Amino acid sequence: MKYIDEFRDGALAQKISANIAIEANPARSYHLMEFCGGHTHAISRYGIVDLLPDNIHMIHGPGCPVCVLPIGRVENAIQLAQTPDLILCSYGDMLRIPTATGMNLLKIKAQGADVRMVYSSADALKIAQDNPEHQVVFLAIGFETTTPPTAVAIKQAQAMGLRNFSVFCNHVLTPSAISHILQSPEVRQLGLVPLDGFIGPAHVSTVIGSQPYEYFTEEFQKPVVIAGFEPLDVMQAILMLIRQLNEGRAEVENEFSRAVLPTGNVKAQVLVADVFELRRTFEWRGLGLVPYSALKIKSAYAEFDAEKRFQITKLSIADNKACECGAILRGVKQPQDCKIFGTVCTPENPIGSCMVSSEGACAAHYNYGRLRDHNFSMKKINA
Amino acid sequence: MHSGGKIKRSYTRSLDLKKGCIEMVHGSGGRAMTQLIDQLFLAAFDNEFLRQMNDQACFPGFNGRMVISTDSHVITPLFFPGGNIGSLSVNGTINDVVMSGANPAYLAASFILEEGFPLVDLKRIVDAMAKAAQGAQVPIVTGDTKVVERDSCDGVFITTTGVGMVPEGIAISSNNARPGDKILVSGTLGDHGIAIMLLRENLAFHCTLESDTAALHDLVANMVAAIPNIHVLRDPTRGGVATALNEIAHQSSVGMMLYENQLPILEPVNAACEFLGLDPLYVANEGKLIAICAPEDADKLLATMHKHPLGENAAIIGEVMEDMHCFVQMETRFGSKRVVDWLSGEQLPRIC
Repeated sequence: MKYIDEFRDGALAQKISANIAIEANPARSYHLMEFCGGHTHAISRYGIVDLLPDNIHMIHGPGCPVCVLPIGRVENAIQLAQTPDLILCSYGDMLRIPTATGMNLLKIKAQGADVRMVYSSADALKIAQDNPEHQVVFLAIGFETTTPPTAVAIKQAQAMGLRNFSVFCNHVLTPSAISHILQSPEVRQLGLVPLDGFIGPAHVSTVIGSQPYEYFTEEFQKPVVIAGFEPLDVMQAILMLIRQLNEGRAEVENEFSRAVLPTGNVKAQVLVADVFELRRTFEWRGLGLVPYSALKIKSAYAEFDAEKRFQITKLSIADNKACECGAILRGVKQPQDCKIFGTVCTPENPIGSCMVSSEGACAAHYNYGRLRDHNFSMKKINA
Repeated sequence: MHSGGKIKRSYTRSLDLKKGCIEMVHGSGGRAMTQLIDQLFLAAFDNEFLRQMNDQACFPGFNGRMVISTDSHVITPLFFPGGNIGSLSVNGTINDVVMSGANPAYLAASFILEEGFPLVDLKRIVDAMAKAAQGAQVPIVTGDTKVVERDSCDGVFITTTGVGMVPEGIAISSNNARPGDKILVSGTLGDHGIAIMLLRENLAFHCTLESDTAALHDLVANMVAAIPNIHVLRDPTRGGVATALNEIAHQSSVGMMLYENQLPILEPVNAACEFLGLDPLYVANEGKLIAICAPEDADKLLATMHKHPLGENAAIIGEVMEDMHCFVQMETRFGSKRVVDWLSGEQLPRIC
């Protein structure tokens, strides 16, 4: 496969790094939020922070689909999986998200529930076709990237007349989450969380396009640079944000122009609009209730809605008291500010959702970032 | 008085190796079991020790240090490009034995078979074991067969145990890594794990990737002959190179620094890892080894490995350093550094 190494070229990275160092104004600081977990992962895996001057701070945003799913919905899924003769399908990371009592879908599977990891909604549909005597529920999660495939699965199920397939829909929307962060008192009034600009999502933007971000640049005067998930994309986006901030601009710029159009993927948008409609409000882990931030299945497709078929009730369950995932997802705290980070809460035994997915801020910092803390403390010892 | 006539030998229909399948009677200790052993296992593995058909194999003793290792094999799917559970079960245990620097001598094999398992598949597996064992000149000298009811196991599980003899003067152990040592691998990383995953997940990727399953005894013999003072040998199977190096780092109380641009990784493996959101450092290998030796021995060891077909892509990928935290780190192609941590749970694909 081509075009992997091209976007990970060390020499080019050093060049961009040098340009960032030259252009970043030492008299000020830059607080940039990468919204997406994919960017968080790239930043950690390639040690991008090592290549930035000290006055550029990267803040991990809430764009990790499993991280923002509230415990109540995870509990719903676990209860659903315990229904006799029911097969629950979901994406890999989802299976390890713990509830307040430390239960997760993998543990329920070990106890006998039929929980299957799938790579796509189409896999779940195939399982439903192959097991007509079982109810098959696809636990759908994710931002705008994974929503169109869920829509396709529902439409195909309808076309095939599949009576044993349904979707437990947890799809959420990126722009409303960004708005919510920008409108939160911590950011807007108190100024507790300085936020100067955003690295905009890669894959999400291929679907929704670059236009939805224009509201943020106008209303909040925060620049947005849409960037791909490769490390060089992220470096370039940081440089573009610094240029905008230095020049006093707040615009939507598109670094990921090889994949993102201003209008996005209209065909996918039409599909989504056909199958889904906005929920009035939806609970996000860390952000609380966010208005118009999630999708539900339209009544025309109600027979494929697991919430209706299995009468799933809304559960509101608080996070573990010691867990700081909420504050971390809002950018108010860093993983290392959490008392249980790396001690009680580890990737083997995650207490909060941010420690589960490698896109989660805590897991990313645990896996890759601890070294910085370690090297920093070694430097201090040696000094 | 005696009629003098011979008692007629009862006719036994031979095993139907084309259409037959494993039945509960094949594990019940009666004639059917003996027939299975005779016609399938003994026929394939034949050697003087097994032929005695005792419940144990008796062989001459060794002088000096011996090693023993055992490994259970439970892979899905049973057949994959580059091998099957049979070749894997022989190579895997031979490799565990030779990672001490030993010459492998004998193998034992124990089978758990599922009722209904096709004999034609079992024969393919047994033939692959025989071929691997003969290739490595390590006879399978004793074994056992059990049959369990349908749905009680996944077709066939194979446990193999190997014994070997350590040449005098060799002291290879995972707690021998020293700061300054060089870290070598014998070839490309992640081939086995990705070949299996592409089959298992029914991902319609078309590529020619094969499992690297191979017995490393010959490569190791050459390496030990060239550099008797190799500090550590390890085959990075489950959990991949990252996990093996973390284990060694802890056992030796050292840290490590890897160089991303030195890692030998095939392009299809890299591509599949990109698609699936995996890291090749954590993907399983079945015919590769990690060697750690003193810096002054590294070039000679590398040259020795390059001369062997199973080591032609060998590379020096990093070095051992002092670190009280026993971190395995990597200098990325970007020039930054990151931790290469233990694998947590199973590697699961990311979502978007």
